[in-house]
Amino acid sequence: MLRRALEVLSSLRLTVLLLGLGILLVFLGTLAQEPMGLYLVQERFFKSFFVDQIALSAAIRKGAHLLAIHMAPLPPEAYMAGPRIPVFPGGYLLGGLLVANLLAAHIRRFKFSWAKSGIFLTHVGLILLLLGQLFTDVLSRESQMSFREGDTRNYSEDFQKHELALIRDVEGTDRELVVAFPGTQLKPGAEIRHERLPFVLKVRQQFENADVRRRAPMVDTNREPAATQGAGPRFVIDPQPLTLEMDKKNQPAAVVELTGTSGSLGTWVVSPFLREQDLEGPAAGWRVELRPTRYYEPFSLKLLRTTHEDYRGTKVPKNFQSRVELDNPVTREKREIDIYMNNPLRYGGLTFYQFQMGREQLEAGGRGTSALQVVRNPSWLTPYFSTVLVFGGLMVQFLIHLVGFLGKRGRRAGAAATAGVSGAV
Amino acid sequence: MKRWLPWVVAVVAIGWSLSHLRPARDTGIAVSEFGRLPVVFNGRLQPFDSVARNSLLQIRGKQTLREEGKPGTTTAMEWLLELMATPEKANARKVFRIDHPDLKALFGLPLEANEAAGDDGKHYSLDQLSLKFEGLREQSSVARSKEAVLRTPFEQAVLKLGDAVTLYLRLQNTLKPVNSQDFEADLVRYREVIPAGTEAFRERMAGRPFDTNALTGALNFAQQYLAMHGMEPPLVVSPHHPERERDNWMRTGEALLESSFPVALLRHLINEERIAEDEVDRLVEQAGTVPLHPSLPLFGKLTTAYAKGDVATFNSTLTAYRGTLTGAYDRELSKASQEQVFNRAQPFYTAMVLYIAAFLLACGFWFASSEPLRRTAWWLVMTAFVVHTAGLIARMWLEGRPPVTNLYSSAVFIGWGAVGLGLILERIWRNAIGLAVAGILSFASLIVAHHLAQSGDTMEMMRAVLDTNFWLATHVVIVTLGYAATYVAGFLSILYVLVGFSRRTMTPEFGRSLTRAVYGIICFATLFSFTGTVLGGIWADQSWGRFWGWDPKENGALIIVLWNALILHARWGGLVKERGIHLLSIAGNIVTSWSWFGTNMLGVGLHAYGFMDAAFKALMAFVVFNLVVIGLGYLPRPGRTNLAPAR
Repeated sequence: MLRRALEVLSSLRLTVLLLGLGILLVFLGTLAQEPMGLYLVQERFFKSFFVDQIALSAAIRKGAHLLAIHMAPLPPEAYMAGPRIPVFPGGYLLGGLLVANLLAAHIRRFKFSWAKSGIFLTHVGLILLLLGQLFTDVLSRESQMSFREGDTRNYSEDFQKHELALIRDVEGTDRELVVAFPGTQLKPGAEIRHERLPFVLKVRQQFENADVRRRAPMVDTNREPAATQGAGPRFVIDPQPLTLEMDKKNQPAAVVELTGTSGSLGTWVVSPFLREQDLEGPAAGWRVELRPTRYYEPFSLKLLRTTHEDYRGTKVPKNFQSRVELDNPVTREKREIDIYMNNPLRYGGLTFYQFQMGREQLEAGGRGTSALQVVRNPSWLTPYFSTVLVFGGLMVQFLIHLVGFLGKRGRRAGAAATAGVSGAV
Repeated sequence: MKRWLPWVVAVVAIGWSLSHLRPARDTGIAVSEFGRLPVVFNGRLQPFDSVARNSLLQIRGKQTLREEGKPGTTTAMEWLLELMATPEKANARKVFRIDHPDLKALFGLPLEANEAAGDDGKHYSLDQLSLKFEGLREQSSVARSKEAVLRTPFEQAVLKLGDAVTLYLRLQNTLKPVNSQDFEADLVRYREVIPAGTEAFRERMAGRPFDTNALTGALNFAQQYLAMHGMEPPLVVSPHHPERERDNWMRTGEALLESSFPVALLRHLINEERIAEDEVDRLVEQAGTVPLHPSLPLFGKLTTAYAKGDVATFNSTLTAYRGTLTGAYDRELSKASQEQVFNRAQPFYTAMVLYIAAFLLACGFWFASSEPLRRTAWWLVMTAFVVHTAGLIARMWLEGRPPVTNLYSSAVFIGWGAVGLGLILERIWRNAIGLAVAGILSFASLIVAHHLAQSGDTMEMMRAVLDTNFWLATHVVIVTLGYAATYVAGFLSILYVLVGFSRRTMTPEFGRSLTRAVYGIICFATLFSFTGTVLGGIWADQSWGRFWGWDPKENGALIIVLWNALILHARWGGLVKERGIHLLSIAGNIVTSWSWFGTNMLGVGLHAYGFMDAAFKALMAFVVFNLVVIGLGYLPRPGRTNLAPAR
């Protein structure tokens, strides 16, 4: 039984089946990208063991749409809804099985010989590539550092995640004490407490995506203010449907209630649209903010100058360039660096890429702004190694084939010289 | 057939290809001499000839102009020169191609051809359209507000026409303001009013009494020139200081305004663009002190001479203008001239004709079994290949780029790679198979390229993120060669199925050799598509820190790699034999086309080029064709080695 299972696991039949399913998976994932958005597609097709029926349905609908068969796309909320039934193998399952298949084949029947050295190298390279990508999925982190000319940053901000930050100045220094809670903890009814905080916050309302905007004088007279304290009375909350589009972000919001020993001290509304707001009572001296999750680094970058060139007479960008000053008090490094397209800065286990660029529009000669993509990926080198291995392996293997083939032809050439033209009677 | 046939045909083909390099001779107005002049458009320096050809392609779908009821053909350059110098005449020419019946109805255009009125029911003049511009603008804004994928064919036609009209209006303002009848005389008056006008302006800015008439007189010109500049026509006026600002070519409008009220100052005053106050003071102080750029009076002379039909003055002024650029701008002059020669030579068109001829001869060879036919086809493909290669090298030289920079050049390059492989196969087998595949595949890919060129300038500038010759030369070239190899294998397999119906031609030996070829090429394709795809990932890692982002184009490339790997493993595992390999390899055509084109039609992803309706239909037709051939491959037939014992 075990023997039979090992036989199946190491068979070329399984390889072909897995490759075929892989092709289908990639194809379906490509189709689903427009309706579901890249992030969800990665989660539900490629970074999962199974594809569920909702994701598959999104792909099929898009395919039908391309063929001019009208099927309405699902509403964005439907993608998040349950229950999800596994209906197709996902990326992790197929990738895992391919690695297992490869290892089993090499253990069971692969005898190393020079004639097969190329295949061996290729397969080692492929395993490295797949494992490297698995590590990347697990370990890598993408964030963004955006600043204006003259600003200094020692942190980057997450694209997706938010945190509820409680901030207090540390007396006698220019530092702040920050206690941050992941945005996922903001569930209605949850209590936000921490040993460093002399108070407790209760979550009253929570929104996955909402506009928090100023109360308009005539229009919003019937609307409840967002909260009682801080910016709350001047704002209202407009819940928005979840967005899955690549270039849009969900902006969460929440209403939290501050309670002290004598009961409620009022509510505050928090949202990335609002700046830090002062708390009161036992929380006096503390500020609250819901902001993109920050990752602090032991060094800082200062944006000195932005350069944005278009091709003459067009709006086609020719160059984005940020000149930054790197300052690391620990290692006493202080130097200026240019970051531009295809020329990132690699420092401290992070890589900084030129991402977006703009200019403050408010006044004449406004300051330039720049956004850097900040990536931490400990396994970024694996594709480089695996490419060399696979390329070398395939070259070796095909050259061995070619030499053998030409040799055979050479031996036959004498006979073929006269009757070589096929079809000539 | 005689032994001399190949040589005669080869000599004719070579002579025909070279004949395109013959310089054009001007009689009358020196149009092609004008076409050699440099101009900056779409962000790159090019000859007027390229602006003319690419614009007419976008507006009319052709590089020449032939009108119903009028004799002869107008070249693109003749048309553009007329448009720039005497727009009122050009506006009567029927250059706008409109196909959608609802769009014709919107403008109340004649649907039927009418020779007397010069109507052909497809092409219309600006005069015919200009009464309904408001309607076009309304429809355009409706269409523009929708996502590209959701637009109806009518809305797409509206936007296309809107773009064509915009381009046309931009070009009209290149050399002179569109409504200046005698630009030469206008310039004389402009120079006269500048001193008093700018003086009055300074007085007014300082809050002192000023000469209203003098100011109004100068501002009337300024207004006209600002509007002209605002149309964003090509940049024709050379920079003042070639040694330090070589790329700073100017539009005629802004060059004209330098001498009175600079563009930045005017825009500041009408609140369009803010500049700092001290900069305003400086510009006010400077107004009227900069002498008129030497090119401008020459433009005046050229356009006025053209309008009057004064050939001698036009041609001598043209020589004089060229003289002002000589020395300081030799590099630009020679680049523009080279590109004009390249445009006229049309190497890819020449190659396309030779390839299809070679393909027909190769097919003829299988029926007539005549070796001279095969040799003729060989020499035709060789000639075409040389022309094709020369064209690629010329493009690389002109652009300063590796061969593949956009979808258009990828089509040209796929054809080139396919011929290279086909020629190698032919050297080995000498049975016209390699020639037939090279011929038909290159012909098809050059047809695709020809259609892609309709969207405008094929040497467009590269966006910042793509602006790296190293990765364009490695990742893009290798991936494209992988596409080419997969197509060659696919087409060989199509031949295997189709030729297989002829028992006489498809001997078991022939079948086996085809299978070996397909197998070898799929190995080659696997190597190239894998390496190219991973290099693309490494480029992405270098550019934005993501080796693999599941972008549709990346996914497409991955599918090709997986498909080729599947074929190889299926063969090694004995799951498919001769016929199976061929049918899988034909499906490779579908997989490759999906990656090359289909992924651009999804409307998402970093590599997307926009939705292409007609191209999608063509893609579907190609998919169906391949499926039909796969179906045919399943038909049993006598004499097939792997179905029934021979005889």
